[in-house]
Amino acid sequence: MENDASSLSRVERPLSERVIEALLRLAAMVSVATTAAIVLTLGLESAAFFSEVSPGAFLLDTEWTPLFAQQHFGIWPLVCGTVLTSFIAMTVAVPFGLLAAIQMSEFSSPRVRFWLKPSVEVLAGVPTVVYGYVALIFVTPVLQKMMPSIGAFNALAPGLVMGLMIMPTIASLSEDAIRAVPVSLREASLGLGVGRVSTIVRVVLPSAFSGIAASVILGVSRAVGETMIVAIAAGQQPRLTLDPTVPIATMTAFIVQVSMGDTPHGTLEYKSIYVVGAALFLITFGMNWVSYRLSRRYRRLA
Amino acid sequence: MESEQEQEAGALGMASGSVLRGLPTGADGTSIEALGLNAFYGKKQVLCEVSMKIRGGCVTAVIGPSGCGKSTFIRCLNRMHELGAGARVTGRVALDGQDIYGPMVDPALLRRRVGMVFQEPNPFPTMSIRENVLSGLVMTGRLAAGQADEIVERSLRAAALWEEVRDKLKEPGLGLSGGQQQRLCIARALAVEPDVLLMDEPCSALDPIATARIEELIHTLAGKFTIVIVTHNMQQAARVSHDTAFFLGGALVELAPTNRLFTSPRDSRTEDYITGKFG
Repeated sequence: MENDASSLSRVERPLSERVIEALLRLAAMVSVATTAAIVLTLGLESAAFFSEVSPGAFLLDTEWTPLFAQQHFGIWPLVCGTVLTSFIAMTVAVPFGLLAAIQMSEFSSPRVRFWLKPSVEVLAGVPTVVYGYVALIFVTPVLQKMMPSIGAFNALAPGLVMGLMIMPTIASLSEDAIRAVPVSLREASLGLGVGRVSTIVRVVLPSAFSGIAASVILGVSRAVGETMIVAIAAGQQPRLTLDPTVPIATMTAFIVQVSMGDTPHGTLEYKSIYVVGAALFLITFGMNWVSYRLSRRYRRLA
Repeated sequence: MESEQEQEAGALGMASGSVLRGLPTGADGTSIEALGLNAFYGKKQVLCEVSMKIRGGCVTAVIGPSGCGKSTFIRCLNRMHELGAGARVTGRVALDGQDIYGPMVDPALLRRRVGMVFQEPNPFPTMSIRENVLSGLVMTGRLAAGQADEIVERSLRAAALWEEVRDKLKEPGLGLSGGQQQRLCIARALAVEPDVLLMDEPCSALDPIATARIEELIHTLAGKFTIVIVTHNMQQAARVSHDTAFFLGGALVELAPTNRLFTSPRDSRTEDYITGKFG
């Protein structure tokens, strides 16, 4: 091309470039459109639900029995089931995940870490239906040997197994956060004559706090959203209790139960799964948002 | 050797109008002696048979081109070097006659006696100014009840930072300017009452004014501590030190009283370096 003023004039871009750009724009639109459609559907169906059930009954009733003749629509038994299983999962996932992260980032040699981290992450890739059956046919019988009163379906076994499933997520993300703490801070602490463990506990972990907190919150939102394990092993009986030995139902498990069953479309009980879905969406959305904010703060620090 | 250095320093100090005026020495300071010190990163040798004596209570500058091993050398003096992956050390370093690489030595206890200030100011980001100063004592469980205020003030005064931060001790250490942060790090190192202070290019991240303040500070600390300062700035070495060691390619080329090293180096490589022929 000649090197004169006309070389600055707009040139027709090749077709292939425009096609690729259009495809990229389409791909971006798909996820946005999907989210919008989900929010819209949940909103419309929930509105329809609340035209028949008062929000007061939804928030104050202590029973959730949409499939019985005597219908009750109190959300708390389902929320309670979700909170209970998630809490059990986090009591497993947080300590083990954090200890694994500290081990990998502070004590493993680079070669050990090279093998350890992917192996831990494999745990996160096991299909959740496998975990569900592990909870039902392995963990529950073991628990029954230790405490005979525990039900064949209970919150404890799926909670523990869910913890195992989430542990790698927390370990891996926390490890990233811990490793992002500058070496200079460790050296500052060690240079003051502070021991290795104190340095980790009092300098490294506080500096990595927002990243660790983000990983924990992500873990919680996975626990809250987890469906298959609790649907298989927790019993599907909505119950307002914090007793981990009796059958319960989580919000997700209820949605599975209704959408897989023979509940007719358009009925009130069918609409109820949308309202539960909307509540679930709000909870996980809120937690992902907090996690996002925290991880942004930690990136700025690091 | 020590007496020779002192005599020469004295003689040259008088003769040349003394760049050392006002730089006190402490006669009973802790001395350090390296004997046949080698340091490695994996298979790569970064220090080679370094033997030198650092006079107690004096300021010793370590100069040399990038990669000459000067930082590695001082990191061997508080056993910081061995923390790197694949790093190891052979040879002997005696602190007041005691081998710091001996089998019974606890590196953490050693580092309480041999404090360190790093290239980049590195205050603890989660701590306030006050907490930063006290961190060494708090984290080793040695902060005696009721002493905190006094230690904070004494350390910050010693680091020439007290007047600037006395009204905002609760604010985060990261909120200070770079030069103030570096003085905070010095205060933090002084709070644990070390005998030796290692400074690894403490001014390389600072502007000229902040640098001048750190150099003034080294003048006031001289004599109270044994100070070893790595610097790539030869003028700085000339301004703040009694003795200067020149390193090249992982080996010690020459150690002499600062005045003598800069005015009449005995090794031609030293002369080439200080006259700017390389480096």
